[in-house]
Amino acid sequence: MMALQIERLSHSFGGLQALSDVNLAVAPGERLAIIGPNGAGKTTLFNIVTGIFRPSAGRIRLLGQDVTRLPPHRRAQLGLARTFQITTLFPRLTVLDSVLLAVQGLDPARFTLHRPREAYGHLRERAESLLTEWGLADRCHAVTGRLSYGEQRQVELILALAGAPKVLLLDEPTAGLSPAETASVAEMIRRFSRDTTILLIEHDMDIALELVDRVTVLFQGRVLAEGTKDKIRSDPEVAAIYLGTDDDA
Amino acid sequence: MKTRVAVRWAAALVVLIALPAVLSSYQLGLLTKMLIFGIFAMSLDLLLGYAGLPSLGHAAYFGVAAYTVGLLSLRVANNFWLDFPAGLAMAAGVSALFGLFALRARGSYFLMITLALGQVLWGIAFGWRSLTGGDDGLPSVPRPRLPLPWALTDGGPFYYFVLAFFAVSILALSVIVRSPFGRALVGIRESERRMEVLGYDVWRYKYVAFILAGLFAGVAGNLFVYFNGFVSPSYLNIVFSAAALLMVILGGAGTLVGPALGAAVIVFLENMISAYMERWVLVLGLIYVLVTLFAPSGLVGLVRQRLGSHPA
Repeated sequence: MMALQIERLSHSFGGLQALSDVNLAVAPGERLAIIGPNGAGKTTLFNIVTGIFRPSAGRIRLLGQDVTRLPPHRRAQLGLARTFQITTLFPRLTVLDSVLLAVQGLDPARFTLHRPREAYGHLRERAESLLTEWGLADRCHAVTGRLSYGEQRQVELILALAGAPKVLLLDEPTAGLSPAETASVAEMIRRFSRDTTILLIEHDMDIALELVDRVTVLFQGRVLAEGTKDKIRSDPEVAAIYLGTDDDA
Repeated sequence: MKTRVAVRWAAALVVLIALPAVLSSYQLGLLTKMLIFGIFAMSLDLLLGYAGLPSLGHAAYFGVAAYTVGLLSLRVANNFWLDFPAGLAMAAGVSALFGLFALRARGSYFLMITLALGQVLWGIAFGWRSLTGGDDGLPSVPRPRLPLPWALTDGGPFYYFVLAFFAVSILALSVIVRSPFGRALVGIRESERRMEVLGYDVWRYKYVAFILAGLFAGVAGNLFVYFNGFVSPSYLNIVFSAAALLMVILGGAGTLVGPALGAAVIVFLENMISAYMERWVLVLGLIYVLVTLFAPSGLVGLVRQRLGSHPA
């Protein structure tokens, strides 16, 4: 059984064909990078896999189950998590409060309204242990919107990890970060549990290739190439479109 | 920290219990009205301040409850145990129905749909003269008769009757906003998309919040028709909905004490300026402008700023 299987997926926005006939299979525990130039359809693919968009055609299986028609929250409950390229954190909540929301999201208590949250000690314990594990414990009472950009990215990753996801989609986790921040986020991703299947969209090819086992190249909504890192590195077609060199160079 | 909060609440309650001893019957009536509108404002704050849903039709649930209790006690029976629950059921039922439509939209579209739905009820109350009395409203609604040693027709006992509902409402709402459900509403206010991918059925949370807000607005509407002995279409229309929004914003959205405080201030000012009723809406508008300019997080925000404490 594949962790994630995408079959003949197509999506168009009005007249614009964002994805055409994309096939993709990711094995449990595998780490796959999805690379490609701007507008290749990478984020659209993530939005369809998480259920934010419904595809024009095709099918998505998550851990063997067809989730093509499931809303985002049901997919999350099956073990799917993601980060966003554009930060959509809870800007006015504290870091601890944000992580508590993430922890609570997959907890049976999430819909309780007759008891204060403090009554659920295990939620707070889990949130605090996540913050300690990922080195943000000292920032837990800071308001998220006032954190540095790098710290916000870390919060972003912690939120995605809170539910111990089986499949994790990371959308450009290092975009806009300084080299030092990029290194610490990359280090964080390297430390993620090997049980978690990871799909990584990354603009920085060096970082992408360093973090994953396998690569898929998207170009103009189609899978242009896929394979091992070495194969992708030496693929002249990939070099041409991704590195912006001319075909005849 | 926790005991300090408890002490503050207890002190506020003691003051509210003791106040009738020093107030004239006219002032006591005003205070009663403040408490009723306080419940109404808090109910709207569950939507605006916590879930981030700016309803401009919240008078609908207040008014429906008031009309239900008024009609039942006038035309069927003045039976508290029948009329009061019926008012609540109607408020919750109408909000359950309206929520299905309103929650399809977001932001200013949500605001416009809630406004339109509220105006539909206003139109019915205004036009269906044989049932509702049209713009003459329903006069002479009696106060409930309860097996108590005091008659609720007297100002004092009625004040305590309302205070009991106010205390229960603020307690219930404060538990709700601190519960996992209430915290999720805040998360939805901050980022709906994020909450979806964290596993929250966002629509269901908003829908339940919408019905709860309607229910508590119904509590206020029920109490108000008993208090006032009269209800007219003006308690269903946009001006009243806008006044409720202003109570919340003036006091401080996203807190429960704030809207109750805002309600008290608005009731007080309306009473002072009521000699010039025509200009009252103008004054409301002016207050709104002043609040957005000088106290965007309301009176509670101002106090917190002075005390230097952090926002919630």
